[in-house]
Amino acid sequence: MATSTRVSGWGSSLGAPGVFPVATGIGRALARRQVALLGAAIVGTIGVLAIVGPLMAPYDPISQRLLDRLEPPSPAHWMGTDNLGRDIFSRLLFGARITLGVGFAAAAAAAVLGVAVGTAAGYYGGRLDNVLMRLVDLLLALPSVLFALTIIAALGNSVPNLIVAIACAAIPTFARLSRGSALGVRTADYIEAARSVGAGDSRIMARHVLPNISAPLIVQFTLQFSSAVLAASALSFLGLGVQPPTPEWGAMLSDARTVMQMAPHVAIFPGCAILLFVLALNLLGDGLRDALDPHLRSRR
Amino acid sequence: MARFISQRLLSLVPTMLGLSLIVFLILKLTPGDPAFVLAGANATEEQIRNIRIAYHLDDPLPVQYGQYIVQAIRGDLGQSLRTRRPVISELLERLPASLELGATAFAISLLVGVSAGVLSAERQYSLWDNLGMVLALVGISVPIFWLGILLILLFGVQLGWLPTSGAGDWKHLILPAGTLGLSSAAIVARQTRSAMLEVLKQDYVRVARAKGLAEHVVLVRHALRNAAIPTVTVLGLQFGNLIGGVVVTETVFAWPGLGRLIVESISFRDFPVVEGGVLLMAGVFVLANLCIDLLYGYLNPRIRLG
Repeated sequence: MATSTRVSGWGSSLGAPGVFPVATGIGRALARRQVALLGAAIVGTIGVLAIVGPLMAPYDPISQRLLDRLEPPSPAHWMGTDNLGRDIFSRLLFGARITLGVGFAAAAAAAVLGVAVGTAAGYYGGRLDNVLMRLVDLLLALPSVLFALTIIAALGNSVPNLIVAIACAAIPTFARLSRGSALGVRTADYIEAARSVGAGDSRIMARHVLPNISAPLIVQFTLQFSSAVLAASALSFLGLGVQPPTPEWGAMLSDARTVMQMAPHVAIFPGCAILLFVLALNLLGDGLRDALDPHLRSRR
Repeated sequence: MARFISQRLLSLVPTMLGLSLIVFLILKLTPGDPAFVLAGANATEEQIRNIRIAYHLDDPLPVQYGQYIVQAIRGDLGQSLRTRRPVISELLERLPASLELGATAFAISLLVGVSAGVLSAERQYSLWDNLGMVLALVGISVPIFWLGILLILLFGVQLGWLPTSGAGDWKHLILPAGTLGLSSAAIVARQTRSAMLEVLKQDYVRVARAKGLAEHVVLVRHALRNAAIPTVTVLGLQFGNLIGGVVVTETVFAWPGLGRLIVESISFRDFPVVEGGVLLMAGVFVLANLCIDLLYGYLNPRIRLG
């Protein structure tokens, strides 16, 4: 790769590989992976629908029309109606914003905090690294669902608490990953060079360490986003996340349980939406990992 | 080996103490006065004061935690706020059902995942391989509660072959364990295929084939054994997913296990049961990982002797 001599906004003029060459590399490598591109296209489409969907929704997602309850898919209701006569297609469009929003916010919060902790631990090493990593190991010993359940139990059911619960459970993974990557680059020549021209620790971490450990973190973020969407919908399904009548994909499946024997479509469409989005994110994540892992790339 | 096992067993003590501290501190984040929560909405001042004394709520946090640990070591995890029964009795009543579900699901994930992974690797790029890996990718992405709902609709409602909820004879176990096991098998299959593909390129496999050994002997005795370590790693990680899956699956199938008890207890704000349940499940997870560590030691002497 010809990245080591490039100068980038994130990188420096000291010969450190910057993040833009990585991004260009990702773009080029992804372009050769049609399945990953398909995943990116589906994620992008659902993302756009989540943003503009409420403008396109044919019905109010909350108002009940009991005379229309449990109608099968038809030209009037493309995906049918639920047990309270609400249009499932409209609820899916509105729900995308909440499900994806919770997943993205949780993954982003976990990434920011986890990477900050992990990068500091890896960069400084020593006692700070020891203390932080023992704590992270301890948190990793608690399965993420149990961790999230405990936080929900303490804080109660609400969308912000759901984000906090899922994010807290994912922080240790980002911390471990970024710490390992930071350890690998902290003795690099360009870090020494930056230090020798008087750059401070926080500047070195932000401008030199972070851009150079970003590749595995981008992959992890993609995969963590899909896990967070699954976790958010699972917790809402259990009645511990988003509460009725707010449309959320997992909560819609929870509502469907009582009527699915009479009207299976009520359970099928929200499940398909979750599956499609998570599958697309996993395709994208797998493609990114293949594109960014030199070992896997060279084998192709 | 005895030294290796005793070292690993000793390492459980600080882990469990740390986990109990984390769960204890998180539950102390509960907004408001816990005495009000415990006493209920109609409690008098005196009742609230009595609860404060009984539960040592005015003591400093380190003292409260110390008392909790001492009592926990004696097997006393407090009293359920909902049923007024000892928490430990509630948990031990539900634990066998969860272990039964988790163990059966684990066996399914091992059997299906390893078999599918080995067959896919052996016939790389064949129709079977492509189909298996597409199914594995879908299996990883499918929400477990939706898979459960689909299986209920198919096998319970449409075909009427299997009961859809509750526990009883072996037929009740098939759908929940199948849901949980298949979901986990997808990850095991992908990892087994990947590890087997690496191993099948090795010289010793070529030598085994050149000696004229039957293909199944080459696969099982030479390749699978050496591909076992990364697969065992994934199996260890799968315990965490299985425990999360148990919580969700038990709710979908009304399975009377520990996961469902925790979810119900969160809804009723029954904190002593939530605390005890989470710790018990975490303990099972830590013990399962200990078994994986020991299996590593068995599979790879360098780990045992290092």
